Amino acid sequence: MYSKEIIERFKNPRNAGGLKGANGVGKVGNASCGDIMKVYLRIDENEIVKDARFKTFGCCAAIASTDVACDLVKGKTVEEALKVTNKQVYDILGEMPAHKIHCSVLAEEAIHAAVEDYYKKKEKESKKAAKQDK
Amino acid sequence: MRKVYLDNAATTYVSSEALAEMLPCFNTIYGNANSLHEFGREASNIVDRARDRIANAINAKSNEIYFTSGGTEADNWAIKGIAHAYANKGKHIITSAIEHHAVLDSCKQLEKEGYEVTYLPVDKYGLVNLADLIHAIKKTTTLVSIMAVNNEVGTIQNLKAIAKTAHEYGVIFHTDAVQAIGAVHINVKDMEIDAMSMSSHKIYGPKGVGCLYLKNGIRIEPLIAGGAQERAKRGGTVNVPAVAGFGKAVEIAVRDLGMNQQKLKAIRTYFLDQVTEKIPYIQINGHPHQKINGIVNISFEMIEGESILMLLDLSGVAVSTASACTSNALEPSHVLRAMNVPDEIAQGAIRFSFGKNITRSDIDYVVEVLQKSVEQLRSISPITKAGRK
Repeated sequence: MYSKEIIERFKNPRNAGGLKGANGVGKVGNASCGDIMKVYLRIDENEIVKDARFKTFGCCAAIASTDVACDLVKGKTVEEALKVTNKQVYDILGEMPAHKIHCSVLAEEAIHAAVEDYYKKKEKESKKAAKQDK
Repeated sequence: MRKVYLDNAATTYVSSEALAEMLPCFNTIYGNANSLHEFGREASNIVDRARDRIANAINAKSNEIYFTSGGTEADNWAIKGIAHAYANKGKHIITSAIEHHAVLDSCKQLEKEGYEVTYLPVDKYGLVNLADLIHAIKKTTTLVSIMAVNNEVGTIQNLKAIAKTAHEYGVIFHTDAVQAIGAVHINVKDMEIDAMSMSSHKIYGPKGVGCLYLKNGIRIEPLIAGGAQERAKRGGTVNVPAVAGFGKAVEIAVRDLGMNQQKLKAIRTYFLDQVTEKIPYIQINGHPHQKINGIVNISFEMIEGESILMLLDLSGVAVSTASACTSNALEPSHVLRAMNVPDEIAQGAIRFSFGKNITRSDIDYVVEVLQKSVEQLRSISPITKAGRK
């Protein structure tokens, strides 16, 4: 049912857990559907994703998908991170049951939500800074 | 790696006694049970003996037992066959929201044909309320189908009272007793059951065989046409080896019921004591005492069932989420939903179903693995103790 990659990622996720100093945090999904994904990004002043970690409530495919998505954005610029797609996640994980493909989609959405959160925070900060300047 | 099988409500191994009954039927007594010659008569004797054993076990007459390909076929047949046979009286049937999909999906098919179906709600323990049943019965109601024991949470319905109520209104009563055989005493005459589905592979018999008990006098339309087998009600050559194993399995299940239940009760208590002591934030689903001993359903808060199942599997422990038949679904269990368990809690539900060979040492291993798995998954869950519902 699941590929070796999914099982391995599920068993020993590389990026599981919270992240201190995360400045972009995205949460998607709901319990009724069985998946909640939370992605934490630490983005530096050059807008490079220095670290990415996750916490996921869900099945094997959900946990493995979020883990892969974190790998995919590490070292990339936030703009590049926004271009990460569920297909890239899917391609790394290998075959997964049709009804689990939404997990890879959700992982893409979690990354996007974390980047958006980063942009929002940045905007807030710059507004704050502008206010202080006045 | 150590292996512990705790998914006996999905299926069991075939007992050596049942297997011994089956083996000669593959290559020695291989006649068609409907042939007139001696080869056929020999096979027919085997089938008759199995039928007698099953009839005796549930206090039915032998000619009230019809072999099928399993519990699912028996459910399909009972629901559709009885509904069709009594369509001139009315087109309304009553069932419950927590039935097996063999019943629910058969009802849905009937709805497409223009039948009306009432799905009775259950309380938080999974019990059907008699007042709800009485309220639902109409002049056009022909059939009430309520399962004897729920396959996900193990709750035992008040079967006799439900059957009596249906009869007071002149309505036929069917029950899916797939999980009940060998777990609770079933006496179809005393309990006033008109039709009952049974399966072999949940009670140490082979897969692919079951039966429908149908009280003499109750009409039914065949589901499978094509021959005079099973008193012209169910076509198809009888699967003699499977029937032989099934008959023996039922005989043993009912013979050993008391002994097995006593043992399972001790195992269940031990397991629950260990789990509640070692793992916080859990919820036990089902009735506190009106339930069978072989099924324990526990929700582990803040984590999801399938991931628990997979981690346990990686340590050699086999369990299931909800029922095996629905494990491909994304939605939480329809049974837990009907019992008003919140989705988030329902998603974390695991069914542990014990077999008769389980030992305390098995339970110790399972609890150890379970504790580790739950801790591991909780450590990466975005749902916090404070945030849980």
